[in-house]
Amino acid sequence: MLGVFTFPPIDELFVWKDIVFEDTPYAINKTSLLVMVSSLLILLIFVGGSRKMKLIPGRFQSVLESTYEFVDRGITRDVIGNDATRFTPFLGSLFLFILFLNFWEIIPFIQFPPTSRFAIPLFLALMVYVLYWFLGFKHQGIKYLTGHLFPAGVPLALYILVTPIELVQILLVRPFSLAVRLLANMMAGHILLTALALLTAYTLTNAPIIALGPFLLGVGVTAFELLVGFLQAYIFTLLTAVYIADSLHAEH
Amino acid sequence: MHDLLIAAQAAGELKDGLQSIGAGIVYGAAAIGPGIGIGIVVGNAITAMARQPEMAGPVRTTMFLGIAFTEALALFGFVLFFLAKS
Repeated sequence: MLGVFTFPPIDELFVWKDIVFEDTPYAINKTSLLVMVSSLLILLIFVGGSRKMKLIPGRFQSVLESTYEFVDRGITRDVIGNDATRFTPFLGSLFLFILFLNFWEIIPFIQFPPTSRFAIPLFLALMVYVLYWFLGFKHQGIKYLTGHLFPAGVPLALYILVTPIELVQILLVRPFSLAVRLLANMMAGHILLTALALLTAYTLTNAPIIALGPFLLGVGVTAFELLVGFLQAYIFTLLTAVYIADSLHAEH
Repeated sequence: MHDLLIAAQAAGELKDGLQSIGAGIVYGAAAIGPGIGIGIVVGNAITAMARQPEMAGPVRTTMFLGIAFTEALALFGFVLFFLAKS
């Protein structure tokens, strides 16, 4: 007799019970525990690894150096400019933080990306939002706003259309899409992996031969999620750099 | 009375069913435009890289930016899908 295959309600995949300090504002559940562990891991690896720097880097040191150079060359210098290396520490921490959080999705027995809870991408996006508004007004003054709302070279009548669109874009769409892009990608990956794992478990008990299909697909999707986790961290950092560059210099 | 109960139950099921159909259409429709858009972005980026391989680096960065902006629309659809379902 075949059992009925039911997909659990979506809350069961994302809402975790508190581990310590239940029902207080200081409660810790799986999500916040993973965030703390990844922050500590990053600190340990990067601060610990750069304690005794050698002129000729060993294997471990060259991994750290190439990570830093990837952010410095590929994101800061390419997007903002050669004189903006002061932003590399911020962008690098942002990149590594999101990267480590995303990779929990495919670590066996943990398999949950904390970035698929809206609070974390939303807070990161708000941080970037405050940063680019602050830098924009600091470097360009009120021109930062007027340059966006009234771009040069547009026919006069079109401002009726352009100005509201630009206003919504700079006020709402930028931070919201930044947060939602990360959230939705990690959420979709987590749901997909869960669905394939459940399907494997269900077919294994009822029709073992078919179970090979969802299992192999799950392995493939796991490899794909490795790529997605990296790409989303990269895109988040890249877009942050683009917004910062937009605040520093007027439109070219 | 019994007929009324059945009718009310059927109406509830109808609402659930229509909600599910609506959610499905929301995501399906939201994926059409970005799908075409990402195709155009990547296709043109490949053409540019093939013509000028020495510019591959900047083109790749700009391509990811273009994909990110186009993809955002599909992701809004994905969020609306969950909103429409619940």
